[in-house]
Amino acid sequence: MNGDVVLDVLVGIFLVAGGLLSLVAGIGLIRFPDVLSRMHSATKPQVLGVLLILLALAMSLRNGADLGTLVLIGGFQLSTAPLAAQMIGRAAYRTGRVHRESLDVDELADRSGTAHDRGE
Amino acid sequence: MTGDARPAGPDPSRRLGSGRLTDRAGSGWRALRGRLPGRRRWRDHLITVGWLVAVWSLLWGEFTVGNLLGGVLVAVVILVFLPLPRVTFGGRLRPLVLAGFVGRFVAELVVASVHVGWVAVRPGQPRNAIVAVRLRVRTDLNLALTAEVLSLVPGTLIVEADRETGTLYVHVLDIRGAEDLARSRERVLALEARLVRTIGSEAELRMLSPTTGNAEPGGPS
Repeated sequence: MNGDVVLDVLVGIFLVAGGLLSLVAGIGLIRFPDVLSRMHSATKPQVLGVLLILLALAMSLRNGADLGTLVLIGGFQLSTAPLAAQMIGRAAYRTGRVHRESLDVDELADRSGTAHDRGE
Repeated sequence: MTGDARPAGPDPSRRLGSGRLTDRAGSGWRALRGRLPGRRRWRDHLITVGWLVAVWSLLWGEFTVGNLLGGVLVAVVILVFLPLPRVTFGGRLRPLVLAGFVGRFVAELVVASVHVGWVAVRPGQPRNAIVAVRLRVRTDLNLALTAEVLSLVPGTLIVEADRETGTLYVHVLDIRGAEDLARSRERVLALEARLVRTIGSEAELRMLSPTTGNAEPGGPS
């Protein structure tokens, strides 16, 4: 009985934490100045938020098949969110949708066509 | 699978890793495919089919004979009609190191998420930067995995990847001064080093050592 209460409290904590992270991810999406910064918001807090909610679900469902599906969702979240963010960020950069004023350094602009042979 | 079980002959991952990748992407893949030993090709196919069948069964929610057969059918259709460029795993997996890698990844994911969340809600706009980082191990798999993990952990995001030179162009959120830039560069290289130590081959491990004596100053903390 007691173990169940502890588990329920943990589930609650994870659900709230996951929800909060998703919330700040949403706030970041609105507040950040350009696509590239917004993609940070869409990857890190968002992914961790989803993972925490999945973890809470797994802890309260405790069922083999559901667990497998949850693991699958988490895995795909981890592997697709960065990829999607990268493709969107790349498209944004290539079409010039970059907030230059907030960029201190841009070494991609320095590359400018020829210089893919810079040595280190 | 151990290192000495690898078939002799041209190792595709080392060929890519040597840095002289002169052929264009498409023909390069065809050339690579032709050189692969047949047994390894079949092994790769079998792993792919096994993975797809597992995903199929999990999506249905249960492992039954019907799901198994359906999964095999779908997997074969996918392999035949939607072939992907071949990415052969030339290294070897070190399970203990992998466990450490995963643990550190989770810790860093929490730190990065809280950081980005804080930047999102605090007053004012962050300063950002795009830095170019040249990886030391230039296999496609290493480039892809490093880029993938980088987008999740240390406050970075890939904007562009140059396959020929193995260079990643990384967008860094919340830069405060030049030392932050240097630090994010170091972190990219440290992450690459950790990844190679987890799944890289011996040859790839050797590529790490000469350029950087200590890519990871703090060690796995």
